[in-house]
Formats: sequence, C-alpha cells, structure tokens
Amino acid sequence: MSSSRADVTTASPTPSRPTGPISAWDRVKLARNPARPHTLDYLAELARDFVELHGDRSFGDDPALVGGLAQVGGRTVLVLGHQKGTNTKENIARNFGMVRPEGYRKAERLLRHAGKFGLPVVTFIDTPGAEPGIGSEERGQGTAIAESLLTMADLGVPIVAAVVGEGGSGGALAIGVADRILMLENAVYAVASPEACAAILWKDATKAPEAAETMRITAAELARFGIVDEVIPEPVPAHERPRETILAVGAAITAHLDALDARYPPADPATPDRLRADRYAKFRRIGTWRESVRRERGLPVELAAI
Amino acid sequence: MRSFFHRQGKFQPVSADDERADQQIPDDLWVKCPDCKELLYSKELRRNARVCPRCDHHFRLRARERVFLLADDGSFIEWDTELRPEDPLDFVDGGGPYTDKLRRTRTKSGETEALVTGRATVGGHPVGLAVCDFDFLGASMGSVFGEKLARAAERCTKGGMPLLTVSASGGARMHEGIFSLMQMAKTVAALARLGRAGVPHLALLTDPCYGGVTASYATVADVVLAEPKALIGFAGPRVIEQITKQKLPEGFQTAEFLLEHGMVDLIVTRPALRATLCSLLGHYAGARAHRDLAPSDRDGADDRGAPSSDPDLGHLVAAAAGVAAGYGANGSVAEPLPVPTVAVGWAADGPGR
Repeated sequence: MSSSRADVTTASPTPSRPTGPISAWDRVKLARNPARPHTLDYLAELARDFVELHGDRSFGDDPALVGGLAQVGGRTVLVLGHQKGTNTKENIARNFGMVRPEGYRKAERLLRHAGKFGLPVVTFIDTPGAEPGIGSEERGQGTAIAESLLTMADLGVPIVAAVVGEGGSGGALAIGVADRILMLENAVYAVASPEACAAILWKDATKAPEAAETMRITAAELARFGIVDEVIPEPVPAHERPRETILAVGAAITAHLDALDARYPPADPATPDRLRADRYAKFRRIGTWRESVRRERGLPVELAAI
Repeated sequence: MRSFFHRQGKFQPVSADDERADQQIPDDLWVKCPDCKELLYSKELRRNARVCPRCDHHFRLRARERVFLLADDGSFIEWDTELRPEDPLDFVDGGGPYTDKLRRTRTKSGETEALVTGRATVGGHPVGLAVCDFDFLGASMGSVFGEKLARAAERCTKGGMPLLTVSASGGARMHEGIFSLMQMAKTVAALARLGRAGVPHLALLTDPCYGGVTASYATVADVVLAEPKALIGFAGPRVIEQITKQKLPEGFQTAEFLLEHGMVDLIVTRPALRATLCSLLGHYAGARAHRDLAPSDRDGADDRGAPSSDPDLGHLVAAAAGVAAGYGANGSVAEPLPVPTVAVGWAADGPGR
C-alpha cells in the first residue's frame, strides 16, 4: 500500500494547496482530500505484523472502521481507525468512511479485548460522521456510539487518538475518548460538518465556509482550547507528502505511548484505576460556563418552603 | 403543537420564581390534538398530564412540568441553579451572535439552560433527576448541560442514589462547537463511574430525542424507557431521506420502532410512569439492601455535593441531609413508602414550584 503512496512532488491535479492564509474552510477541503493518507496507509507504514480483526460478533463487519493487533513503536497495541477510500470504487466499499452501528460495536468489542490483554489503544480518526441511514437507525446507531464512548471512558489501558483527516461529530468521538489527543495541522474536528451547521443555523448549506470559520474546528484552535494535546505540523499538505506525514504521526504516537507507559507503568496494579481517573479528569474539565454565587442570604426561594 | 406551549412574543419575560411554570401556560382555552384533531379544553389537558384523553397522544412537557409529574410533592431540590452558558467560540450565525440568542431564549423559556437537575423522591425513593427542557434551544447539549449532568451523576455516585434522566433534545449544541461534542464524552464518563459504583441509571426518552444525546448519556442507561410514539433516533428523518433517497418506513424512529428493534426496554405511558419507576427503584433498593454494603461507605452527607465555596448552598446540604439519607444510609433501605396513587392530574394551580 505504501508504494502507491510514494511522495509526489509534481503539482497536484486539484488546486488543493491554497495560496495566502489558510482559512478554516481550506482546511476542511484539505482534510477531505481523497489522496490524504488513511488508516490503512498509516498501518502499512507504521505497524508491524498487523492482523486485522473483523466483525461485531452480532450482525456484520463494517469496512468503514478497521481494527486489529499490530506492533507500533515496539509494542503490541490495538489499532482502530475509520477507513475512507481513495477512489470512488473504494469509497463505495468503505461507505466513504461513514461507520454503521456494527462498526462501532466492533470497535467496542476490540476495546474490551485491549482491556482484557492490557494492550494500549491507538486510534485514527477520519470520518465525515456516523452513517445516517434506515438500517443504521434500525440497528441503534446512537446506542452503538454511546456504548463505545462508555467502554473507552472505562478502559484501564492507555489510549492515544490521532485526528488525521475529518473529525466528524459523534461518529469521530466514538473512538476518540483518549488519554492523549493528537491532531494533524490540516485536520478538522467538529460537532457537525460545516454544511450541516450552515443548513441548520443559516438555513443555507452554501454558508458552510462561514460556519467553518465560526465553529473553530482547526487544530490550532482546538489546541488553544486545551482539547487537543499536540498538533502535528504539516509543512506540506499530507496528500502531497504522505510518507512524511505518516512518519511524523508515527513519531508523535510513539512518543505519547512511551510517555504514557512511563507515567502509568503496565506492571503496576494501580495503573488501570489511575488511567480511568485521569481520563475522567481530562474530559470532566472540558466546558465553559459562569457560576455566580447566590446574592441573597438564606435559602433560595424555591427551597424555602421545604 | 409546540406553539401551544410557547408562542413567540406572547409571553412577558418571566423571572425564575415559584410562578414560573404557571406563567408559561398560555391562556388558550382550547387545544387541538395533533393526532386525533380533537379540540381539547386546555385545563382538562393539563389535569390529564398533557395526554389527550381521546387518543392518548402525549404532548411534550416542559422540564418543570415533568419534574412536577415525577417527583413526590415538595421533594424536589434543584441543583446548580447558578450555572450560566458562555460563548467560547464568539459564535455568530445567520441570526446573529450566540449571546443574543441565549438572552432571547432565556426570556422566552423562563429557563437559564436546557437541563434542570436536582434531587427528589419518587414514591419515597431518593433519586437524582436530570430533565431536558426542549423549549431552551431544542434542549441542545452544551457545556452547562454537560456540567450539570456530570455533577448530578457525581452526586448520585457519592450518595448511592439512582439517577433518572429524562431526555428530549435535538442533540449537541452547534453554537458551542467542540465543547458541545466533548460533553458527550464527559457525561458518559461520569455515568461510567456511576455504573462502577453499582448505582442504577434509568433513562426516559421522550419526543424528540436525537443526535448527540441519543448517542451519549441517554442510551447508556441500565434501563431505557420511552414514551409512546416519541421520535428517537441518531440522524433526523429529513437528513436520512435526503441522503439515502429512500422512503422511510411507516413508524420509523418511533418508540415502538425502537422497541421492536431491541433498543429500548419498555414503552411507558405517562399515567403509568411513576408506578413503573417505583417498581424499578424498589428492585434496585432491595438488591442493594441485600448486598448489605458497609455503612461507612456512605454517610449520606455528600450526595448533594453543593459547591463548597457557596455557604448558602452548604446550608442547604445540612437541611436536606435527613431526607437524602433514605437510600441505604445505614446499610439498609429506608422503609419503602407505599406506592402513591399514580399521578395523572395536575394540581388545580398547575405545576407551580
């Protein structure tokens, strides 16, 4: 797979490298570029002995989400990732990286597998979002995502997530409840696609560029918010120098796995609980609000009667 | 139907006081049932817990109406009333800045956020309650929603008190972007700890329940209940129709559809809700008593978890401690109260709290 991804220095057929300052909308287009490396490209380059594990043991296998065992950075890990295609045929087979409930149930099953064998988890996030469809609703798309979130939150092994392309809403987060969240410079991560947001709030999907701007979906902004732990630079957009990008992502993942190992020694029986507690603390603090202290003395009005 | 509860521009700004719920009830005398088209006397509809007496159509409830219907009389103590949303993104959409929208919504709905949390007793069983108010920006989940729910779950974890969530939401709140998305992880993580502590989470899904709420805390409950004919799903029906170009099957995404596909435990009509909850809570309380946990594990002092920086709320904690200790405070379960008559009617003066 890596051979087909040899770095090309010739001009890309699509005008994908914007000139001037890169807007949020430019990043959306970069993140969606079909030539950008996808999960299996990362695994082909970074993983040794990758054994793909299929199926949710209940309904089917979802090719839009791949998972399996592999050696990454000198240790065996469980890898999970959304998988888009590079061309139309592949994309149809992979459902454009839009995962169905059986995909999330496969992820959930493999996460528990990682917990059972004490394997660190590495995930690659790259999806437009969970699949909207009749079958997905019948098989409980919402519940499948929620259960994956629950299992990730409660997992006693270290988790590193890398947003490498499109971080599309709950379908992305479903494999993103991690101890370390890394993000490529031109990746985006958002509560909804800019088109969906524009359609809902502007009643006009063509306002997507404006929505992209105000939604604050770029790696730099998410790092500023403290949601992303490390931004991996893309001196050249990933689709132009895929191998360079893959190696940079690999180095960052390995560094974070090493740091997590040092901080949470796998042999220490307290490690699973410490990981859970610290992961909870990480997500627990996310949010912005004001909280005023009651001004009046005594009981609040609605409680005084009790 | 929504216009029945809240007609734009019709209401004066309401302050958060006892009369709040009362003031929101419009003075229309007659309401048309959207299902059977029967004209209903609005007072009678209210007395019938907003269930159409002719066809059993369940009208949507505001959060405080729901609390009034669920909680034993006078038992509800609200939590975290002083949390207010911020605008971390400086979000501006076609309709203007988010902060303006918040101000308008606050005035129209009389609520300060889309989730009302607190503790109450249901048939004598102490529970933590978290109830969505769909009239506040479609009960979308933003930072305050997530924070209130996480705090509620933490109090329930500490106090060994079951959590009851009542959801009706359009999903995550766009205006708070990634912060809203992360509330999905945050609320579920709080529930993971609740589960680890062996404390039950009961969820009631009501019309409509979509997106980030269906895909997070609302569906990872130990028991998932749904109201009849409530629309529940991940993606909205219009989105699915547009993308798949397929005609949606009859009854798609209704509670009955979810039951048929194994996604909910039980459909419960509004009049039967309290009795069902009492049975469930009784089972968990009984099981807990049987496990005979060490009394030192919970002294019943910390389940309100009011911010320690707030002396007035701290005061409240002490005041409420006696009531709260019911659930396993001394290693046994408080004498279960007789299941009260199922509350189907409003008090004559409406759900004023």
